[in-house]
Amino acid sequence: MTSGPRLAPKRKIAPRRGDPSAVKRAVVDPPDELIRISTRGLTKQYGELTAVDALDLDVRAGEIFGLLGQNGAGKTTTILMLLGLTEPTAGTARVVGLDPARRPLEVKRRVGYMPDSVGFYSDLSGRENLRYTARLNRIPRDAAEEAIDEVLEQVGLTSRADDPTDTYSRGMLQRLGIADALVKDPDVLILDEPTTAIDPLGVTEILDLLRDLVRQRQMAILLSSHLLNQVQVVCDRIGIFAAGKLIGQGSMNELAERFGDGTAHIEVGFEFADAATAERAPTLLRAIPDVVEARPGERPADPWIVAVRPPSAEGRVRQAILSLAAAEGLGLVSLRPLVPSLEEIYRQAVARTLPAHAGAVR
Amino acid sequence: MTAEPMPLGSSGPGTVEAEPVDPLAAEPPVVRRERSVPRAGWMVVARKEFADHLLSARFVVLLIVLGIAAAIPLYFVADAIRSAAPAASGEQALFIFLFWVAPKVSDTVSIPSVAGFFGIVAPLLGLAFAFDSINGERAQGTLPRLLSQPIHRDDVINGKFAAGLAVIGLVIVAVVGFIGAFGIIRIGIVPAPAELLRLILWVIATFVYVAMWLAFGMLLSVLVRRAATSALIGFGVWLLLSIFGGLITELVGGYLAPLTGSAEQVLANNSLQETIKRLRPDILYGEASRALLSPQVTDVATPATVGAYQQAQQRIPSLLSLDQSFILVWPQVVALVAITVACFAIAYVRFMRQEVRA
Repeated sequence: MTSGPRLAPKRKIAPRRGDPSAVKRAVVDPPDELIRISTRGLTKQYGELTAVDALDLDVRAGEIFGLLGQNGAGKTTTILMLLGLTEPTAGTARVVGLDPARRPLEVKRRVGYMPDSVGFYSDLSGRENLRYTARLNRIPRDAAEEAIDEVLEQVGLTSRADDPTDTYSRGMLQRLGIADALVKDPDVLILDEPTTAIDPLGVTEILDLLRDLVRQRQMAILLSSHLLNQVQVVCDRIGIFAAGKLIGQGSMNELAERFGDGTAHIEVGFEFADAATAERAPTLLRAIPDVVEARPGERPADPWIVAVRPPSAEGRVRQAILSLAAAEGLGLVSLRPLVPSLEEIYRQAVARTLPAHAGAVR
Repeated sequence: MTAEPMPLGSSGPGTVEAEPVDPLAAEPPVVRRERSVPRAGWMVVARKEFADHLLSARFVVLLIVLGIAAAIPLYFVADAIRSAAPAASGEQALFIFLFWVAPKVSDTVSIPSVAGFFGIVAPLLGLAFAFDSINGERAQGTLPRLLSQPIHRDDVINGKFAAGLAVIGLVIVAVVGFIGAFGIIRIGIVPAPAELLRLILWVIATFVYVAMWLAFGMLLSVLVRRAATSALIGFGVWLLLSIFGGLITELVGGYLAPLTGSAEQVLANNSLQETIKRLRPDILYGEASRALLSPQVTDVATPATVGAYQQAQQRIPSLLSLDQSFILVWPQVVALVAITVACFAIAYVRFMRQEVRA
């Protein structure tokens, strides 16, 4: 019971509470105590405009939930309601089991938040900025210094920690923002556009850090972003937001199932021996059962794309292509299933639910 | 320290179980003290703001400006008092002359007194520490981060106001202390207890006046989005009052109670102008300042009727005791406090209702 090793458990692989296998079960039927964020019918209206419309959302301990949507889709408004920084017009929210509108202080003590376009006091150093945050959280001095050193190390800012923040780049400010959210050793981390200005290598580091936090600390992370590939890489579950509505949520596979067009794609690379073989290839491929289309890539060297319907037949078709290529001497050089991209799913989801918005989403 | 297990998911130092820790870190008394006295959120904010103010360039600049503003009249007044002192031996309240006598620089030109200069520079002091307190925080993008910490929203504005009050108090006391020390050395007169009391009351009145401008600056920083705009508006109001204030009261007074020549008309015009003047904080402070510093001021209002005017002329010049002086300007001081409270209350309410993101 000392102030010293406050953050020590974070270094250990053993989770602080709960059991990881319980989290896996939770995906099917979440026990209540693992739900960190939960909203029911959460609504926010600004005059005539409905910024957030009847939102039902659950985020559990030990998962990263990605909130995906265009600018102005209601992501930030949702986050502000979760922190008790703005009052919902209707509906309820529970964060770490508490109502943020009623007990904002307790919620904010346990939730780390990094706002969109995060800012710091420019004449103070990064470390001093974090110190202020620690004081606002009433963290005793020694524990605070230790926690600050640790989070600075985690986001890779140790060497610049004592420079004033007006010498920082945008990406460094975002790193400091993540450190700032972690200083209070939160149970829930809410990050609004955390990586928009960080360079690609840095993003990988940050995403790894987030994964570690979830795995080791059983933290729940809510992450809003419009960078689809990052969300796809790091998030366990994804919620797609459009015009204040959550139009779909679930894992990548669930979303692909729901919003895919019912077609699986296989990428097939050929090196044809001669032009005659090349001409025979499409006919041969289309003759395979369940193949609906086979077309060459856009450039001559690109692999072919084979479309399969229903998607469940995809494995069988790949085997068929393999034996076909061997039998016919097609010069097969590569063969792999194409994972549906989140971008594709997102476009499909928005186009299907909100036809009026489809044009705006490219 | 607690025997029962911490509730599930609670964070903070309490959750660390008693595992083998190094004995050096085990200092329970220190930890208990720090944990059992949770500092209020506004105090954390105020401490940080106070430190920021003290290290800021504007603090140094204002100290210099106020120091110079006080030093110029001081130099001339001290000389005048020194030469007059032998003749005025036995006169009451000689030391405090230092603060309210408007010195003659030459035979025809006189400059404002120390208190007069204070009245001119004081608004600057108040505005400078408040004009960007909230909108600066918005512009830097630190407000959402600050408000997402476990503090109440009003802790931010309360803490900032408290820090501003502390800084202006510090500046005023420092400058007045400097003037007093200079006076004692230069003119060789030690203040009498009554003079010291007058001085303290005047410092308090000055503090209230500066606090009023601080609250006004804070109101602007809540209402106006850009710090530069709020600074401009604040200094504009200050200039308007101190330069055109007299002109405006004269114009309005002349319009509502035109001067036709009769004594009644002149007095009516006069009292109307005075009523208008009483709406101006700088006049309120000026009157309070004059009466508190000088026992010779027996009346801050000009007579409103011919009878009262005659009566005033026949009055034997006398000195007022401190409590009488204080009673004389009590309404002025209360009015200043009221303006301060009103400005801060509006700023507070608006800040509490503003959207975090904007």
